[in-house]
Amino acid sequence: MEIVEDSHKTTNLEHPHVADPVHVSKTATVSRESRETIGDIFVDDPRISCRDVNVYYGEKQAIKNISLDIGKNEVIAMIGPSGCGKSTFLRCLNRMNDTIIGCRVTGDINMDGQNINSKKIDVVPLRAQVSMVFQKPNPFPKSIWENVAFGPRIHGLANNKAELDEIVVTSLKKAGLWEEVKDRLDQPGTGLSGGQQQRLCIARTIAVGPEVILMDEPCSALDPIATARVEDLIDELREQYTIAIVTHSMQQAARVSQRTAYFHLGDLIEVGETNQIFTNPRHQLTEDYITGRFG
Amino acid sequence: MHKVLEGHTVKRFDGELGHLHYLILEMGGLVLDQVRTSLHALVDEDTGAARQVLEREMRVTELGLRVDEELVKVIAKRGPVARDLRAVVSFSKAVSDLERIDENAQRIAQAALSMYESGSNVPSSALLRDVTIMGALGVEKLEAGLALLDTLDSDAAENLLVKKRELDQEFQSCLRRLSTFILEDARLVGHSIMITLVLRSLERIGDHAQNLAEYVIYLMRGEDVRQRERVSEEEQVIGGQ
Repeated sequence: MEIVEDSHKTTNLEHPHVADPVHVSKTATVSRESRETIGDIFVDDPRISCRDVNVYYGEKQAIKNISLDIGKNEVIAMIGPSGCGKSTFLRCLNRMNDTIIGCRVTGDINMDGQNINSKKIDVVPLRAQVSMVFQKPNPFPKSIWENVAFGPRIHGLANNKAELDEIVVTSLKKAGLWEEVKDRLDQPGTGLSGGQQQRLCIARTIAVGPEVILMDEPCSALDPIATARVEDLIDELREQYTIAIVTHSMQQAARVSQRTAYFHLGDLIEVGETNQIFTNPRHQLTEDYITGRFG
Repeated sequence: MHKVLEGHTVKRFDGELGHLHYLILEMGGLVLDQVRTSLHALVDEDTGAARQVLEREMRVTELGLRVDEELVKVIAKRGPVARDLRAVVSFSKAVSDLERIDENAQRIAQAALSMYESGSNVPSSALLRDVTIMGALGVEKLEAGLALLDTLDSDAAENLLVKKRELDQEFQSCLRRLSTFILEDARLVGHSIMITLVLRSLERIGDHAQNLAEYVIYLMRGEDVRQRERVSEEEQVIGGQ
């Protein structure tokens, strides 16, 4: 097992602080000891660019010097064992880590030419632009209509009730929930099934007009049928949005994503086309994890 | 069990892949014996051996079905990825090639029965000499291919692929010699045609054995050798223009 080229060159003029991605022979598998990121870290015209991102919880470093581009209108899956930092990294993308006491983020996370980690950035519109769906469906204790309308209202996205109605209908349709709830919009969102609640949360996310949707294990609390619906929805949403999804299910990552990133103990080990990651991963750690030889 | 197939946290998965590997090797051993026996039947006028090859066809088919069944179970239960997926795909393809090899052994056995039970003159040793030469080459390639399936040694598989054209070239040489026999004595046409078909079967056996090497490379490295060949052929065509 060998690395064909040295990874410590810094000849990339566009990203002078970052080593060129390691190019590995197709027939080689990088040994377990190497923690340089293998594969397609950078993309052309990314939606979000992360460079040298570190995250600390107090003294403990949870994310180690990660660089990664997230492309426009792609679904990128983040996989790895529990505690590897994938959810921590995901939360960096809309500064949700700010809500965690003792959490410190360094490095550049660039979107539209601005580093979102800058103190000048207002996180409220940021979190509308880069919105999040969580593992456990968390509809507000309000009506279905109000759940979806809440965000656009406080962000001032509608001038009147008619526009708000339109946003609600459009969002519920995009989330694949409209037909199931159109006759009961005044009923509580918490009265829906788990799968419907999650799609309601996705509708709520869409309603504020994001460009990027972050999903942290969106299906882990759902049954297989509800999961399939959400996965189908992700496929449709990709046409309009960029999606980053953390998942424990490798099969789900393989099904829904175009690129997959494998995290391990705070390092980004390998990134690549999903087909390549799941048929011929280049790093031994990636292969060990996805084939169930890890631990 | 080969270490490439083991190491899963769920040990039963190791066992399932190991069992698959064992079945493939068992089938390979049986098919090798079929080829050897059919050649012996033809070269040494042993019609009993020819019948044995024909009777054992069912056993080869049964083994192939068992492998296919186990493969489907592994896919359904384990959803294999990466190296495990490549192993499953490679084993599936190998089964198909082993079945084709046995079919060719059947044809050789049938040829032996036709020649020696027809009541006509038996073929001359000169005609059978090419069968002996190509037979040895074909068996050698098959043994090498099966050894690769056992060891999963991709470097050795590359070495086998280098000798890809050997059997093809020998086949062409044999055809030229057979043509000469027919020109010298037209009464040899019948036997010559039969021998040609036998030689063709041996050439196909060699091709299938080469395929086993390709599957080992794919399993171990994730590289499809056919891509390499396609690029090489394109370059040759472009170079020739």
